[in-house]
Amino acid sequence: MELFQVFIELAQSTVRVSTPLILAALAGLFTERAGVFDIGLEGKMLGAAFAAGAVAYITQSVMMGLLAAILISVLLSLVHGYASITQRGNQIVSGVAINFVVAGATVILGQAWFKQGGRTPALSADGRFGTIKLPFADSLRDVPILGQVYSDLLSGHSPLTYLAFLMVPASWWILYRTRFGLRLRAVGENPGAVDTAGISVIWLRYRAVICCGILCGVAGAYLSLAANAGFTKGMTAGKGYIALAALIFAKWRPKNILFACLLFGFLDAFAIRYQGYAFPLIGKVPVQLMQALPYILTVILLAGFIGKAIPPKAGGVPYVKER
Amino acid sequence: MSVPYAKLPAWAEYGLIPLVNLVVAFLISGLVVLIVGESPLEAAYHMINGAFGRGEYIGFTLYYTTTFIFTGLSVAVAFHCGLFNIGTEGQAYIGGIGVALACLAFDRTLPWYLVFPIAIVGASFFGALWALIPGWLQAKRGSHIVITTIMFNFIAASLMNYLLNKVFKPLGSMSLETRTFDAGGQLPKLDWLMSIFGLSVGSAPFNISFLLALLVSFGVWVLIWRTKLGYEMRTMGHSPAAARYAGIKEAKIIIITMMLSGALAGMMALNPIMGEQFRMQLDFVQGAGFVGIAVALMGRSHPAGIIPAALLFGMLYQGGAEISFEMPSISRDMIVIIQGLVILFAGALEHMFRPAITRIVLGLSPKTSDVAATKGA
Amino acid sequence: MSELAIELKGIDKSFGLVHANRNINLKVRKGTIHGIIGENGAGKSTLMSILYGFYQADHGDILIDGSKVDIRDPNAAIAAGIGMVHQHFMLVENFTVLENIMLGAEESQILNAGITKARAELKRLEKEYALEVDPDAVIEELPVGIQQRVEILKALYRKADILILDEPTGVLTPAEADHLFRILQQLKEQGKTVILITHKLREIMAITDEVSVMRRGEMVATRTTKETSVEELAELMVGRRVLLRVEKGEAKPADVKLSVRNLTVRDSRGVTMVDDVSFDIRAGEIVGIAGVAGNGQSELLEAISGIRRAASGTVLLSGSAIDVTGDADPAALRKRGLAHVPEDRHHVGLVLKFDESENAILGYHDDPKYRKGFLLDVDAIRADAEEKIAAYDIRPPNPRLKTANFSGGNQQKIVLAREMERGPEVLIIGQPTRGVDVGAIEFIHKRIIEMRDQGKAVLLVSVELDEIRALSDRILVMFAGRIVGERTPEASEGELGLLMAGVEGPKEAAE
Repeated sequence: MELFQVFIELAQSTVRVSTPLILAALAGLFTERAGVFDIGLEGKMLGAAFAAGAVAYITQSVMMGLLAAILISVLLSLVHGYASITQRGNQIVSGVAINFVVAGATVILGQAWFKQGGRTPALSADGRFGTIKLPFADSLRDVPILGQVYSDLLSGHSPLTYLAFLMVPASWWILYRTRFGLRLRAVGENPGAVDTAGISVIWLRYRAVICCGILCGVAGAYLSLAANAGFTKGMTAGKGYIALAALIFAKWRPKNILFACLLFGFLDAFAIRYQGYAFPLIGKVPVQLMQALPYILTVILLAGFIGKAIPPKAGGVPYVKER
Repeated sequence: MSVPYAKLPAWAEYGLIPLVNLVVAFLISGLVVLIVGESPLEAAYHMINGAFGRGEYIGFTLYYTTTFIFTGLSVAVAFHCGLFNIGTEGQAYIGGIGVALACLAFDRTLPWYLVFPIAIVGASFFGALWALIPGWLQAKRGSHIVITTIMFNFIAASLMNYLLNKVFKPLGSMSLETRTFDAGGQLPKLDWLMSIFGLSVGSAPFNISFLLALLVSFGVWVLIWRTKLGYEMRTMGHSPAAARYAGIKEAKIIIITMMLSGALAGMMALNPIMGEQFRMQLDFVQGAGFVGIAVALMGRSHPAGIIPAALLFGMLYQGGAEISFEMPSISRDMIVIIQGLVILFAGALEHMFRPAITRIVLGLSPKTSDVAATKGA
Repeated sequence: MSELAIELKGIDKSFGLVHANRNINLKVRKGTIHGIIGENGAGKSTLMSILYGFYQADHGDILIDGSKVDIRDPNAAIAAGIGMVHQHFMLVENFTVLENIMLGAEESQILNAGITKARAELKRLEKEYALEVDPDAVIEELPVGIQQRVEILKALYRKADILILDEPTGVLTPAEADHLFRILQQLKEQGKTVILITHKLREIMAITDEVSVMRRGEMVATRTTKETSVEELAELMVGRRVLLRVEKGEAKPADVKLSVRNLTVRDSRGVTMVDDVSFDIRAGEIVGIAGVAGNGQSELLEAISGIRRAASGTVLLSGSAIDVTGDADPAALRKRGLAHVPEDRHHVGLVLKFDESENAILGYHDDPKYRKGFLLDVDAIRADAEEKIAAYDIRPPNPRLKTANFSGGNQQKIVLAREMERGPEVLIIGQPTRGVDVGAIEFIHKRIIEMRDQGKAVLLVSVELDEIRALSDRILVMFAGRIVGERTPEASEGELGLLMAGVEGPKEAAE
């Protein structure tokens, strides 16, 4: 069935494209739920992707690359944290600044170290993440419908993809079933309540920011070590902002994040596949409209036309003990 | 009462602290240069020489300065009302539509000095339009202006891509741009201005929109500090409660401010489109909207500060081109790093050195610290 | 083991030049309900903040159960068995009751393990102290009285032996307040010690065993409640201060200029702050509203001046209505002759970052005389400002100086000059001499009398009883959002103090 084939292919692309979005959106979830607004997801992902590509090439080890990605991303998070939490600076400005510094630094350092015009050298198999075949994938392929769903859609993805999908329930569990999560959510709504309970608002927020760094690190590593074979200039291409849009669209809830990212990922996959295709009735949908759709949808949500998006109450406001 | 926030004399507040922030940004940039294995001093030399060494270089520097004055003013105007307009990038881009329409319609029939005013109106109109929606959403529906303007930047990019592809591109052309304008759509260079100083403008696209930028700077000053609207904007920016008390209509002011901000952003488009490229190309804004944020922060949102800050960034851009020419391992992306660091230190970390500076400055002058103690509580 | 739950010795705390607590000595016996009473600014909140570890005292010792304790943060206070129920609840609105109670005392990293235990403990506490609450209810959906119970449960859950309640009945209805008192009695019977901070004498007399009175940062007296009276406490609270003598002639009230009928104002949480208030103000008279801060006076002023929307009622200005329940426009009201000196000059009445001349036109910046064509006529504005500076002796006499650099008294004069000099028909003033030095106070009082003598209708709100008695021709006392009595300035301090504390009056505050 041709239609079914198309569905499988689209679904596969969607999963691939959504992976970094899910990770980055979850990263944003942790930090924003704690009250630290972060538009620097883009910069962290980019920096992580670069670090991963560079270190994986030098060490010929994919795991070292992943580690480097996480380290750099956490470092950038700490800078943002320092500016936002300790220095109580403007969190938007801090995020914008970090995005810039990373955009420039990745190219400069890339060119200086590898002399390939800003990219890192192509990675061999050792330096990349392979794909995972689920058990019986080959033998089940011939089973009608379900077989293909299993063998082609569920199986055969990068380990980071499986990790990303697993992180959704994991994040939910951390936020809603652990002490850390309870306190994190509290500090984003009413830091005073947390302070009077004798918990350090500052340390809690720093931990949230570090969680963000870790997840962005994995997102960046996915780009250069799994989706591609190395870092290329500007490879995040706005994914950090789409992840932010998805986070808002998902109203800051883990379950919704999965669907929002899949939706936005689907739009992207759809746009690529159907570029220039003439639909019945509608005709040709401009690819630019497809590209803009995630952002348009988010604005519509923000305007309150599809329900209310209520951000964490203490979001973006540095905590000053009010006495 | 904490010492770090004691009152500093004006020269320290508006001169020393920004200067220290700037120096730190440059020092860290210098570190990056070192890491890359080059000499920061050599880079600094090339930067200054590249920006001011010849008449032509100065021309380029001032050409970039023009762009940054417009975007800096755009962000600054919004800041005065307490709004963070990150959407200058997208508003400038959409403003280009107005410029392109004016030029495409009249470049063959009217001289430049008639097309120019039409283009100014067009640029402002479209820029304001793009800022209107986020402004309205903030005023009437409480949607956070920062997020909506970020989204609108991306929507603008897609929209312009589409328009350039489907509407503006001449048939048979492969590049995403309009046709080249005839004489009516080309702004004259300011070679006569440079020759007054004994300099030649050479191939630099330093054009008359620079004078417009200066004029508009003055206009912004008049608006903010000499009109009722400006008074109301500033009141809202300092204290929404006082604005309410004074009977100022919050929604109205927010929308008008955003439209003005968008109009200023739109005007930026005149410089590259009518002054250098003589056509509208894809992504002619090239990040100038974000530089505008840095310029507004450094210039403390006042035209008298914005113009030198814009000049600084113009210098960075032009000097940066020269560095990348002379020292191939440092490309123009170095400028992006410096820009980011300036935004970081002049914006988010602006109070970082305040305690140390306060101790030093007040330590020098016991009288100041007494005054600070009684007034601070 | 001591019979004292808490003993404070020589507690002293200053914030810059403000001496909030002066050498406070306090003894609180175990198993008693101990009241601390005083007006706003007396230092009660600072003292309690020290006890809860928000601040450290500059000098002095805290003894819990006879032994000296160093309380450097809320954790130490909790460990010492102190629990605090704050005036503004420290609750996470979109969490459940259980989540709020567990926050900070979760027992384990994995919540589930602690939840069953928490539920059981919560049930036990609820039964023991008659504090029924649904553990799975979301805070923002609960009425304020129930939210307060959660605050109390939080403290009990952490094994507090000493409970401090800071102005707990401010947000409660009379019925809820009575229920709270029953709960406090229950706690006392269970051996807990309760410190009740309030300015309401009725509460003190109703449930406390002992009461300490604070005034201007000092602990003035401690009494056994049974052995004292409201009159004595009122006098101790308000104090025998020197009455400010202001020269004033007879009032000659003429037509009614401001008429308020059945005005009700609710705050953002739905709590009624102004409750069915009615009064008139005539031209040529000063009506003073006395009362402790927080009894609705602020909301009353805000509703009349158009800053805050009222829930119901009517206000007539010189005979025509102000749209108080809709979109009243402060600018339009100014044009109709209503001038407003707001209580908060720092954030509402002035823009501190503006220079003096810019603040001199705040609210009146639309006036054509300040304009020259499209632009603001800076010279005219400055000249106007200079006139006012001269007339009101504002120092330094520099209209270009940033307003933040003026002293409190001079800042207030800037506001007064602006509001008074335009010949309004009605002038409403809130806290005219708060934070103002003595020299300026006399000047300001003179000006207010002048306005009256010029035939203006003046509504004066002040927490300074002296000021009210010195300036007013008629005094209305506000308590819990209602006008509980009208007196002439000849009424004694004690009598007014009682009304302010909700004790006597034609309309009883609670039955």
